[in-house]
Amino acid sequence: MPLLSKKESKLILDPLADNNPITIQVLGICSALAITAELKASVVMAVSVLFVLGLGNVVISLMRNIIPSKIRIIVQLVVVATLVIVVDQTLKAFAYELSKTLSVFVGLIITNCIIMGRFEAFALGNGPWRSFLDGIGNALGYGVILIIVGFFRELLGSGTLFGIPVLGDPIAKTGLYAYGYENNGFMIIPPAALIVVGILIWIQRAKNPSLVEEA
Amino acid sequence: MALNTDKNSYTVLFSVIMVSVVGAILAYLATGLKDKITENQRFEKQQNILYAMGVHNNTDESSVNFIPTTEVDQRFGELIKGQYVIQDGEATPQEDAFMIDLKKELDLIKSGKDGKLPLFIGEQEGKTYYIFPMYGKGLWDAIWGYMSVDESLTITGVYFDHKGETPGLGANIKMRFFMDDFIGESIVSDTGYTPIEVVKGNNDPLNTDKSDAQVDALAGATITGNGVSAMIKESIRLYEPYFEKVRSLN
Repeated sequence: MPLLSKKESKLILDPLADNNPITIQVLGICSALAITAELKASVVMAVSVLFVLGLGNVVISLMRNIIPSKIRIIVQLVVVATLVIVVDQTLKAFAYELSKTLSVFVGLIITNCIIMGRFEAFALGNGPWRSFLDGIGNALGYGVILIIVGFFRELLGSGTLFGIPVLGDPIAKTGLYAYGYENNGFMIIPPAALIVVGILIWIQRAKNPSLVEEA
Repeated sequence: MALNTDKNSYTVLFSVIMVSVVGAILAYLATGLKDKITENQRFEKQQNILYAMGVHNNTDESSVNFIPTTEVDQRFGELIKGQYVIQDGEATPQEDAFMIDLKKELDLIKSGKDGKLPLFIGEQEGKTYYIFPMYGKGLWDAIWGYMSVDESLTITGVYFDHKGETPGLGANIKMRFFMDDFIGESIVSDTGYTPIEVVKGNNDPLNTDKSDAQVDALAGATITGNGVSAMIKESIRLYEPYFEKVRSLN
């Protein structure tokens, strides 16, 4: 028997492509704009969301039969916020450097609509194992887009990747800059993320026309 | 047994239990980890102060490398010869002055009361460094840092940090290419004190002109840059009486 049944692997693979939370459902756009100016921040955010969404989905799924439906959104918020703060405090004590990098994202993770969306749409109606897979899948789908956007924004905007210069030195005019190439300052401001995400949406729908909504 | 989760009494009960459990978890975690977190903050402040003084493990031109946490306490003790608190214009020695919460003290000063201003005197290879903390506002949240000057009030190093500036834009104040620009600028000229300003378009992106009290701004981070200028200005204004004393000694 394979590790995951066909249905289960679909839970992970679907959000990576044809049901991607960012490009198809257009959720989580605000954090995709805010933190993708650098590749490193994108990776940190992707990993944090992976953790919080995977675990949060399990917790919500375990509690799904006892959560009063009137206050379920508040309960979901409390679960995300608690998880994020537990992670943040633990990192502060044992991995201080990492926690400093992450501190900016704490608020962004709590308000990330993908997380609330998955709790509401999936974890409330499914068992823990399937919810876990769904959480991981959606977090990966989100992370992949974040990393792609971060890659292009940092490369074209700053000429670096993970802070390491890859196109030469823009001030001393070495590498590509010697031939008149310039960094595109527009790429590091938030609207550029929308354009990159827009291009990704375009490419994805051009390759798979069934994704295009009827006008 | 099927739970009737729609009843009001159940909803109230659920919320009460949830809040207690979550509260207990967080309180337990916070108290349990407090010592460890305070220790980390101590090390961080020591690392920052030493960094401003020019004591670091930088190996290349672009990355910031602090003295490792395992050594920083000892190195700090060796190199920082004096920790003072300036109050009423008097500098009195105080142990662990670096743990003073500058934000609180600045708030006191702003409301007309007496605040404590920490100052550190470092010595290395026969040179004396005066290191003072700074605190201000960026675009989203707090920014802070340390500035180190020598006896002639020329900047020997700075360290900036921030709570939540935009990655890639304002967050770059803690990058070497920004912080290193301050080194060599003087905070005093013939006409008085000259807080270093972060300016756009001074046609000096490499900051070769060290006499203009200006450094090149970060593209796309105007408000953070202005915040840095304002923060430096405020700190220099507060420490000015003390700098006067340093100058009169030389």
